[in-house]
Amino acid sequence: MLQVRIDAKNFGDAAILRDVSLALAPGSFTVLTGRSGCGKTTLLRILAGLDRDWRGTISGEARIGYVFQDPRLLPWRSVLDNVRLAADESVTPPKMSLDAIAMVGLEASVSAYPGALSMGMARRVAIARAIAVGPQVLIMDEPFVSLDEGTAGQLRALTLRLWQKHRWTVLMVTHNLSEAAQMADRVVVLGGRPARIAGEIALERPREKRDAPWLEQTAARLRGIVECEP
Amino acid sequence: MSSTSTETTVSGGDIGQRRRVRGYGRLISVPASLLALVVLWAVFSLWVPPDLLPPPGKVFALGVREWNSGALLFHVEATMGRVAAAFVVAMTIGAAIGIALGLSKTADRAFDPWLIVALNVPALVTIVLCYLWFGLNEVAAVAAVAINKIPNVAVTLREGARALDRGLAEMAAVYRFGRLKTLRHVILPQLAPFLAAAARSGIALIWKIVLVVELLGRSNGVGFQISLYFQLFDIARIFVYAIAFILVMQTVELAILQPWERRASRWRTI
Repeated sequence: MLQVRIDAKNFGDAAILRDVSLALAPGSFTVLTGRSGCGKTTLLRILAGLDRDWRGTISGEARIGYVFQDPRLLPWRSVLDNVRLAADESVTPPKMSLDAIAMVGLEASVSAYPGALSMGMARRVAIARAIAVGPQVLIMDEPFVSLDEGTAGQLRALTLRLWQKHRWTVLMVTHNLSEAAQMADRVVVLGGRPARIAGEIALERPREKRDAPWLEQTAARLRGIVECEP
Repeated sequence: MSSTSTETTVSGGDIGQRRRVRGYGRLISVPASLLALVVLWAVFSLWVPPDLLPPPGKVFALGVREWNSGALLFHVEATMGRVAAAFVVAMTIGAAIGIALGLSKTADRAFDPWLIVALNVPALVTIVLCYLWFGLNEVAAVAAVAINKIPNVAVTLREGARALDRGLAEMAAVYRFGRLKTLRHVILPQLAPFLAAAARSGIALIWKIVLVVELLGRSNGVGFQISLYFQLFDIARIFVYAIAFILVMQTVELAILQPWERRASRWRTI
């Protein structure tokens, strides 16, 4: 179980997060949402160790795979090298990089360079890189943003399929409340200034049985929490 | 999962082919242009007294004689040694200073005025001061050339360090690349175009300053020979040494620097 308790996080004089506590149960799929600029990405960065200027505690250690908002691939390295460089091959077997690329359906592009990939393909490489490290926790920061709906839908389905198979602990940030309703076990809403946890709802699985009206109702419930923040 | 129509791989083949065609074009246009320059020189030399502008044939024959006597090779080697030493010193120190200034705003604010002063010190002043401080020796010669070049390298690499992608640095941190792996796979490839630019402009500047350094305080090298034949009013031999050295430096540019730069930026065209 990875648990973070943030007593305070400031940017200069501005208070960003106060008394935010989040526990990620093993194998769970948590979605974090809230208005723009409320500190969702900051929370992810704190969990990943990218931000150390905050007060609070993290308990539990985990190998983290991180899917950034933009793919952040090395343009001078092939798809395979991008994945292999991130996966420490002294820890994970070399085959895992190729397997990870196959999992996201890019076997045919292993030797392509990022400049030759579409945004959807680059996002898949970023996902492959995150899963090639053999993550215990997979952090995803708006991984499907700025994709056309068809590609985003495919990547959502792919992510869910991979998660159901491997059961990594996932923490994903999104603004898309239908996406949150479709993918999460639990949706946590951040809100207020400084941001606190404004509410959270647990969602049942299997989701396949749920119909479109259920998704709409859930998204509306979430919108209610997001929009009622002070 | 199958690819959608929006997910396509762009072929680099067309770009590569266009570059190759342009490459073949240059193989013809560059020698033709240089040949035209030699013809122009030959035509002018028909009207100008041979003492002032010796014809190309005479310069070539003299060049062969200097080569056979071993003098040409000896002096070109001496100059090349100084160029190489000054280049390595200037690139190493200049890159270190530039990267430090690019990464630290405080250091940049503190030392930027120094850099501007250093950029504006005339080469001749540095050379004379180095000879006065260190004596007429190799250390002074190499230091004088390197000091002239260090500010240029630092300015170029400062721009490179400022342009480093923070997102990639964070990616390297999340995936625990460590210092060496980050330097090799994340930082140096981003700095490569700046290093290449500094190296190419560096070589061009260094070899010109080395000749002045040799003229003022050394007893061998191309600069020394040119100063000697200046005193003897032997323009043909001045041409021999100047042309020989230009050829050597162009070979360095074409055989080492340009291929390295192409290799470093190959991924941009793929």
